[in-house]
Amino acid sequence: MSANDSHNKDRWASGVTPYKEMGYWRPDYEPAETDVICVFRVVPQEGVDPEEAAAAVAGESSTATWTVVWTDRLTDLENYQAKAFRVDQVPGTDQYFAYIAYSIDLFEEGSIANLSSSIIGNVFGFKALKSLRLEDMRIPLHYVKTFQGPAHGIVVEREYLDKYGRPLLGATMKPKLGLSARNYGRVVYEGLRGGLDFTKDDENIGSQPFMRWRDRYLYVMEGVNHAAADTGEIKGHYLNVTGATMEDMYERAEFAKELGSIVIMVDLTVGYTAIQSMAKWARKNGLILHLHRAGHSTYTRQKTHGVSFRVISKWMRLIGVDHIHAGTVVGKLEGDPDMIHGYYKTLRDSTVEINPTEGLFFRQEWGSMPGVMPVASGGIHAGQMHLLLHHFGDDVILQFGGGTIGHPMGIAAGATANRTALEAMVQARNDGKDLLIDGPDVLQQAAKWSPALQAALDVWKDVTFNYQSTDTPDAIPTPSR
Amino acid sequence: MAFHLTQGTFSYLPPFSDDEIKSQINYALSNNWPISLEFTDDPHPRNTYWTMWGLPMFDLKDPAAILYEVNECRKAYPNHYIRLNAYDQRRGKQTIALSFIVQRPASDPGFGLLRQEGADRRIHYTLHSYATDKPEGERFAD
Repeated sequence: MSANDSHNKDRWASGVTPYKEMGYWRPDYEPAETDVICVFRVVPQEGVDPEEAAAAVAGESSTATWTVVWTDRLTDLENYQAKAFRVDQVPGTDQYFAYIAYSIDLFEEGSIANLSSSIIGNVFGFKALKSLRLEDMRIPLHYVKTFQGPAHGIVVEREYLDKYGRPLLGATMKPKLGLSARNYGRVVYEGLRGGLDFTKDDENIGSQPFMRWRDRYLYVMEGVNHAAADTGEIKGHYLNVTGATMEDMYERAEFAKELGSIVIMVDLTVGYTAIQSMAKWARKNGLILHLHRAGHSTYTRQKTHGVSFRVISKWMRLIGVDHIHAGTVVGKLEGDPDMIHGYYKTLRDSTVEINPTEGLFFRQEWGSMPGVMPVASGGIHAGQMHLLLHHFGDDVILQFGGGTIGHPMGIAAGATANRTALEAMVQARNDGKDLLIDGPDVLQQAAKWSPALQAALDVWKDVTFNYQSTDTPDAIPTPSR
Repeated sequence: MAFHLTQGTFSYLPPFSDDEIKSQINYALSNNWPISLEFTDDPHPRNTYWTMWGLPMFDLKDPAAILYEVNECRKAYPNHYIRLNAYDQRRGKQTIALSFIVQRPASDPGFGLLRQEGADRRIHYTLHSYATDKPEGERFAD
């Protein structure tokens, strides 16, 4: 059945026609290999037929407007219409998973701004729905290939850093706000010389009165280079270039490059296009690009409205960042373990298989696009090292901010405690030990010869953040495509 | 505090015994990662290409035989850094999967940080290994 010869003979009559009858509900449709496929969690208003709600989402996120327009007949409408082809009720709720396919022709090549304006541009405020959430998106390899992807990716980054076989270690400088540039550089130096690979500006560090960006960059690079000389190891600090305009960001990035920094960072708040511009800049200039997902919880956390973080992860891999914060499982910030495993796979793997318990609705093929290094940051400490290595494996950056800087023997000792715990745990894993069983004992054994690690274990031994996650998977049957 | 080079996967742990090295070799082999050995007396972190101890041991699957090569390399270059690499050749990787130092010189004078002061407070930094003031082969001999 095509839209243009709809069984509804009044299809082109002026006025308002249900979306279902305008060709946006196509239960017989077989998505093409090149289609973008989305799954939305839809809560229709009372009395609204779920299939009509799904069709409305398809219509409003593609060609339709609220009334019939004759100018549709000047186009090959069926190609441009999104097609809702499946609706499943989430058991025991008023929610439905609606599957919608979009022709690849609807989207500009290599533009997340265009893709997101199409798919989440209008429809989230649509009155016939109580709420709407974009849960997952199958991006066809044909479309993936139109993006640059990560400026460097995990493999190139590791070779550039000369660091293999273990997670990388970082720390966010604390206090987040108020340190002068000179004092800030001290924290950088102490953390790096103690054993961290990276230190980090926080998301809200820009160019405030207490510390202007140029002063910060100068002192930070003194700390970075001094620590490299102390250890003979490559060190880096994510210099946040987030600014009010692209011109500001380019100016800061250029200065970071001239000072010899190996990495810069940008916040999610600057927007998709600005991040993508920085990703192109980062590849051209050879600096690693770190992304802080500042603001994402405003739309990723609630289960019934917004955009899932797994979709944001896909967009950011396409946009081309090298690092992205993706959850800790054990730390202070929101995150169901299974869901976080799903994000990590989405960021790192070449092919991601369907896995309902991890919230992965579709098989996603990335082809040869490099992986993004996920970052686990927020309320983690050395005593959790076995859990972190168990959950995340090697390709991750573990960031202990308070867990480094709050160490009773000082910042460098805090860094050494984390690095020692990490290496001891990697050795134990490679030796065949079961980290979940033997992990605490491995830490205790290493602490016998590492006073810094012993002190860390003593201070933080009972710190956990056990709260219920809000964004959890609904494991229900999903289609095989 | 004496300088301690922290390159490699396990530089914050006490030196590995031969049995501990063998256990890591076993892990690499169980992942089908061939092992190679490299040595240098220029520990600058941008010295990417250490001298290879023969070719990567693509076909050697016996941990004892690989450990034998480690010890042969140690005998031949007792005053050099030696590292053991395991390589993952799968598509999407094609890179080193594990790399750790299995021998260090008795003492390393470490690095100096050269600061070249430029205009408007910019400083150009260069790491300089004190050991490399001497010619290759004579750097860490006492």
